[in-house]
Amino acid sequence: MNFKQLFKSKPLVIGSSLIGALLMLMLISLFYTPYGPNEMNPSMRLAGPQLTHLFGTDNFGRDIFSRIMNGAQTAFLIGFSSVAIGLVFGVLIGAIAGYFGGWLDEIIMRIIDAMLAFPGILLAIMLVSVFGPGLNNTIIALGIMSIPSFSRIARSGFIQYKEFDFVKASIAKGAGALRIIFYHILPNMVSSLVVATSLRFSGSILAEAGLSYLGLGVQPPNPSWGRMLNEAQPFMINAPWYVLITGMVITIMVLGFNLIGDGIRDLYDRKG
Amino acid sequence: MRFYIRKLVAFVSTLILVSVITFLVFQILPGDPAQIILGVDADPQQIAALRETMGLDRSAGERYLTWIKDTLSGDFGTSIRYHRPVADMLVERLPVTLSLALFSLGLTLLVGLPLGIYIARKDGKLSALLLSLFTQLGVSIPSFWLAFILILLFSVTLKLFPTYGYTPWSEDPIGAIKSLFLPSLALAIPGIAVVIRYLRNTLLDQSRMDYVRTARSKGQHEQGIMYRHILRNALIPVITIVGLLIADTLGGSIVVENVFALPGIGSLLVTSIGTRDLPLVQTMVLYIAIIVVSINFIIDILYKVIDPRIRLKR
Repeated sequence: MNFKQLFKSKPLVIGSSLIGALLMLMLISLFYTPYGPNEMNPSMRLAGPQLTHLFGTDNFGRDIFSRIMNGAQTAFLIGFSSVAIGLVFGVLIGAIAGYFGGWLDEIIMRIIDAMLAFPGILLAIMLVSVFGPGLNNTIIALGIMSIPSFSRIARSGFIQYKEFDFVKASIAKGAGALRIIFYHILPNMVSSLVVATSLRFSGSILAEAGLSYLGLGVQPPNPSWGRMLNEAQPFMINAPWYVLITGMVITIMVLGFNLIGDGIRDLYDRKG
Repeated sequence: MRFYIRKLVAFVSTLILVSVITFLVFQILPGDPAQIILGVDADPQQIAALRETMGLDRSAGERYLTWIKDTLSGDFGTSIRYHRPVADMLVERLPVTLSLALFSLGLTLLVGLPLGIYIARKDGKLSALLLSLFTQLGVSIPSFWLAFILILLFSVTLKLFPTYGYTPWSEDPIGAIKSLFLPSLALAIPGIAVVIRYLRNTLLDQSRMDYVRTARSKGQHEQGIMYRHILRNALIPVITIVGLLIADTLGGSIVVENVFALPGIGSLLVTSIGTRDLPLVQTMVLYIAIIVVSINFIIDILYKVIDPRIRLKR
């Protein structure tokens, strides 16, 4: 696969540009935002989009653009950390189930199936209601929520690859289970795991927005787009831009990761 | 027969595991529930007495068994906050959530299936672009934000539907439909996107099958091939995504009910977490999970009845 091919995939190009733009905003916000994200200006309450306030201001006169830039940090942090938790534990669990098989596989997959019985953000809601809301607990809850999808993908990959001759050959040569799992089989699954990572990223962003909207996720003063939507709702009629712009940014991020995931999958499907 | 027995065993064991997970998660809860009910300055003796009536002095295993026994006999405990039996509160709120879920599932299938079939048969560049634009956006938009947009459009600007609130069926059926329409639509649009995507893929897969070539070589006209052969085979896998859609709808309704202030399970769940009303949260979580597992079980069985070719994997 060369770079030319990557640029031919429209979903991949559009998706990466969207995520790239948001990533830039996030990086800039580490050093500079037009206004302080919590800087209030009582004389500028609920002002519409204008040159000095690109996205308008909220009910405290805070600059929405600066708050969205700042919220990007939380979105990327939560997305990245929760997907990392899901990826590491999910792949480990799936590898054990798929590689060793038998009763171990049976038990692990039953538990994974039972976890999938809690639809959408219910699993995260249940965990957050126990741990309490907050940034770290949201990350843990969303991380646990992403484990089932990764472990299912890893398991089916391991079941498929362990029958291949190159794996049988290395078993015959006396390679240990750990070496086969990590050195021989796992590298073959990178493409499907990259796709899953990208799609899970959007799942985490959506779930975080929902949780924070309900007041169960990220708490102030940590910025969060979902929480901003919660704060924007009462002013929906007087200040529709607040609701519309904030939601649009969440949608762009989710859409970006979905497009990247789909684009990569298409590339590999065409190759295979 | 072996198929049904295996599915039944898997169903029951998943139910047991779901209940164990729910129970265990609420065991990690920091703090003493008896202390939470009585407050910080409660008398230690009172706390000890309440602990005993609540069964907190017994082992976790014992408590799990009594919880399951009570739940199976319809006794879901008492809400800490409202001092009312949880079962009564669920019976009040379940109709709202179920109407919402069924309404949005109905919308999803009524719009998604015909639209999916129509779109899959078109092969133009423009329609393919519109299709991918709609399906990509449909699965990317947060359903509660979509709800905001629908409110702004249909309630605020066009004044067709109420902004929030719920009219019970018994009071005014038309009002009930009106109050459920926007929330259902917000939940249905992502579902419609999923159905269209899925249907397009299965229709394309099916149209490459040998039986289509045979039908064509017999001289059957395209319309007949589509409706008599391809569609029949393509619709069977759609049954599986109905289970997925129901689970998504139930999960999504937790957030969307809060947007529209609908008095369903979802909004009760969120307020109960705020007031740390443990028995209520635990029962509702278990309830939703049981509905999801049961529907998937029914769908597995239906699938086999409709299409006897399906065998157990492995």
